[in-house]
Amino acid sequence: MDLRIVNYGAGNIKSIQFAFQRLGYDAVLTSDSNEILKADKIIFPGVGEASSAMRKLKESGLDTLIPQLKQPVLGICLGMQLMCNHTEEGDTQGLGIFHTTVKRFSNNVKVPQMGWNTVKNLKSDLFKNISEGDYMYLVHSYYAEHCNETIAISDYEIEYASALENENFFGVQFHPEKSGKTGEQLLKNFLDL
Amino acid sequence: MLTKRIVPCLDIKDGRTVKGVNFVDLRDAGDPVELAKQYALLGADELVFLDISATQEKRKTMHDMVLKVAEQVNIPFTVGGGISSVADVDDLLHCGADKVSINSSAVKRPELINELSQKFGSQCVVVAIDAKKIGEKWFLHLAGGTIPTEIKLFEWAKEVEERGAGEILFTSMNHDGTKAGFANEALAKLSDLVNIPIIASGGAGTIQHFADTFKIGKADAALAASVFHFGEIPIIELKKELRKQNIEVRL
Repeated sequence: MDLRIVNYGAGNIKSIQFAFQRLGYDAVLTSDSNEILKADKIIFPGVGEASSAMRKLKESGLDTLIPQLKQPVLGICLGMQLMCNHTEEGDTQGLGIFHTTVKRFSNNVKVPQMGWNTVKNLKSDLFKNISEGDYMYLVHSYYAEHCNETIAISDYEIEYASALENENFFGVQFHPEKSGKTGEQLLKNFLDL
Repeated sequence: MLTKRIVPCLDIKDGRTVKGVNFVDLRDAGDPVELAKQYALLGADELVFLDISATQEKRKTMHDMVLKVAEQVNIPFTVGGGISSVADVDDLLHCGADKVSINSSAVKRPELINELSQKFGSQCVVVAIDAKKIGEKWFLHLAGGTIPTEIKLFEWAKEVEERGAGEILFTSMNHDGTKAGFANEALAKLSDLVNIPIIASGGAGTIQHFADTFKIGKADAALAASVFHFGEIPIIELKKELRKQNIEVRL
């Protein structure tokens, strides 16, 4: 399988590569449009601040390429947030793949949310063999609002979308590469799609 | 619900675990990678590796260790010890560390916190604070608690939050090593004062100490070393008891 990780200089991707390696797959970093277009599966990672990450995407023209992809694409953490319409972080226009907005948690809770939280109302093949109430590891200060494309919700002050799906596009707020066996199952499911 | 985290801490010197570890049948209990894998299986929520190597050459060994841990362990981990620059952090994150913990270097040059959070994001910047209660006041101590300073704990905690720390790892020098419980009063005050997660450290001796630090100390995570390394408190047993006491944990 030709599995590629979109490399646009936003954050540490070593852990994702290692997670796929543990499953027996080689996930290759690339920023080359042709390689991305012909890959079987795409991982769209991201850690850091939204507006600077979006600027990097634009500089490489990936902001127009990614929404046109036809193969399964999995956005992780900030990657997922950038696939939404808009994020409050740096007042940033997203890729418009998921029709929801990304907001900051209020100061009624500790920000960032850091640690293991449950996922529930699971709706997609992405969660095959994962149970309601299983735990995933999350680190984030901004969350995607619940919408029609929500395939998992988590609860931190409010119920929000911790995973989204629209056609061939998937996004997860949590870090499957750091979420123990449950996270590994999700990555396996993505490879099986 | 977000769960409370249980965090074993491993002291590392020259790429090997320092304190004796004696809780399971490991081929090599001095191998941090083996140990980390075991802890992940036994229900640890994340891990902290504290590098106590003295020299720069030995730090290279630390990088190799971090790389191997990242390769084989599927839960998050923090690396601390001797980190004093943006370049140090860049290296460790590239090796696959999820977070880094800074202590004395942040006190010597507080701007480092800003630089790290701007470049890598707050989520990976843990500021470790060692403090000792003298009279009625808590003062920061450096170099593993050996050097006293005039800096007040709560003022410093507020400042590191403002500068962009994503988390505070608070160790009470009065409690560390006593096995008599965590510094819950100071922890609760910290938790009310700042709006970032607090990891409690120093004093774990019994299961109830963990329950108390979550309930009374309002801690978001609790760190310990010897009670885990010597199998005095099996993590699964600990978590079952916490859940019994209505504390959310990952089981």
